[in-house]
Amino acid sequence: MKSDAMIDIRNLSVTFNRGRKPVKAVNGVSLSVKPGEVLALLGESGSGKSVTMRSLLRLHPKGTKIEGAMAIAGRDVTGLSAGELGAFRGAVVSMVFQEPRLALDPVYTLGQQIEETIMRHEKVSRSEASARAFALFQKVRIPSPERRLQNYPHEMSGGMLQRSMIAMALACNPKVLLADEPTTALDATVQIQILLLIRELQKEYGLSVIFVTHDIGVAAEVADRIAVMYAGRIVEEGRVADIIREPRHPYTKGLLGARVELAHGRDRLITIPGAPPDLAAMPPGCAFAPRCAQVSDACRTDIPALIPAGEAAHVACIQYA
Amino acid sequence: MATITLDLAAPSQAISKSPGFWSGVLRRLCRDPVAMTALSILLILVLIAILAPYISPYDPSKGSVIRRLKPIGTAGYILGTDELGRDMVSRLIYGARLSLIMGVVPVPIAFVIGSAIGIVAGYAGGIVNTLIMRTVDVFYAFPSVLLAVALSGALGSGLTNALVSLTVVFIPQIARVAESVTTQVRKLDYVDAARASGAPPSTIIRVHVLGNVLGPIFVFSTSLISVSMILASGLSFLGLGVRPPDAEWGLMLNTLRTAIYNNPFVAALPGVMIFITSICFNLFSDGLRAAMDVKS
Repeated sequence: MKSDAMIDIRNLSVTFNRGRKPVKAVNGVSLSVKPGEVLALLGESGSGKSVTMRSLLRLHPKGTKIEGAMAIAGRDVTGLSAGELGAFRGAVVSMVFQEPRLALDPVYTLGQQIEETIMRHEKVSRSEASARAFALFQKVRIPSPERRLQNYPHEMSGGMLQRSMIAMALACNPKVLLADEPTTALDATVQIQILLLIRELQKEYGLSVIFVTHDIGVAAEVADRIAVMYAGRIVEEGRVADIIREPRHPYTKGLLGARVELAHGRDRLITIPGAPPDLAAMPPGCAFAPRCAQVSDACRTDIPALIPAGEAAHVACIQYA
Repeated sequence: MATITLDLAAPSQAISKSPGFWSGVLRRLCRDPVAMTALSILLILVLIAILAPYISPYDPSKGSVIRRLKPIGTAGYILGTDELGRDMVSRLIYGARLSLIMGVVPVPIAFVIGSAIGIVAGYAGGIVNTLIMRTVDVFYAFPSVLLAVALSGALGSGLTNALVSLTVVFIPQIARVAESVTTQVRKLDYVDAARASGAPPSTIIRVHVLGNVLGPIFVFSTSLISVSMILASGLSFLGLGVRPPDAEWGLMLNTLRTAIYNNPFVAALPGVMIFITSICFNLFSDGLRAAMDVKS
């Protein structure tokens, strides 16, 4: 494993054994994120982006099969015992959820929840923990923090809750922040504030961030690199500017073409025809082949490998092989 | 890499204790006139039960052949006398003691045992859940009255046995509610969020599961108190609960039923007491449910 990477995922596969057929949600994903780097995992619903990220914290239900190797800060995540995992979650890696209203416990005040998190990992007194919660609330720019700390989640707006969630995630000075569509549930004006806040805190703390999103505009705003996922595999990966300027994979091209911003003057948005494949019954070749405009016979039989294309970029398409 | 530094100028009120969940519940409950009325009536009944020896005009078990079945309003016996010539006021006052005990005692015991069973089953899920809940279902299959009668019959009559059988009747009901709320809570994001921030299962159960499921189970349990009173009265009526000459409302209903054609109003009095008490418990638990809904 590379020693300079903060997050190193090698050939990760995740199979859910719920229901009749096992579902392979992630299928041989390899990723690496350097210290202080922001990687956006881009993909539509069910492409396996959240599953990949949750694997890093081993948050999957019992009976889920995880194959491959994952290391964060040089520690092998797959081999951690239950106790080690508890000390690892929150202190080394923490996570921001999509719906702050659901991800915060409704019967405790925000202050209590942050204090609990701090005291779980560090031996500090309640008053010190509460002073730190106060400092964190100032850091994420919540107005009148001392009063807000005593509020229950239902008493606050979505944007303020997501700020609290970020404060809670940063409570124990983690090295890695996992963000699972943290702006999707918020309205547009609040979205950009949260993105800027994450970007700013990431720079200040030198965090490595995996940012899961389905919005290519958000990915471009926040990330250094983008990895595009489709049906449990990474189809293209590279620097933000390169992907935006020169997308290689037909799926990425399709995503870029389907943006609302490009629709001005036209009645309809350009869409990618068809729907993603059923993960329980994947096509034998390239998963995107049934929807691809540039499909050839070889696409339907062989799964294309992720190969280097240009500098610092990879693509999994037969056209570039 | 930066760390969070303590802002020493942080105002001290940030460290002051935040108002608890329960103080909010209490505040909202106090604003509910119906719940407060019900609670006052219940407190008066408890007070009457405690002070029974001091406020009852006569000895509740001392009868007289010449004063049998006096109607309501008889001088000296405001609510009349029963079939053995005992003063109804004194009997009803003393009856409050046993009736309240039989209504109230089984519920908290069943609450503790049933919640524990249900929460373990709900949190563990899978095969553990199936084993526990199917066992519970066996008890749940019988109508509660039938189960209480059968258990009391098997254990023999008497106060303790009646309490035991009522407790056993309520455990499966509470366990079922506890299991279903726990199963719901377990799947919620904040439980995942707590796991993601490093909370061990013990903390998750203690803080996040208990904090969110105890409320609904508690409310359900308070509504069982009235059921318990009625079942207890039923057991006494059948001669499986309290034994004569002790005063208990259900038992009084049983012994007075012979007088129902001669003196129906006196015969109905214990039933009226059971009705008032159980409806007060129900109204109070409704108020509690509303007060515990944080979003209201």
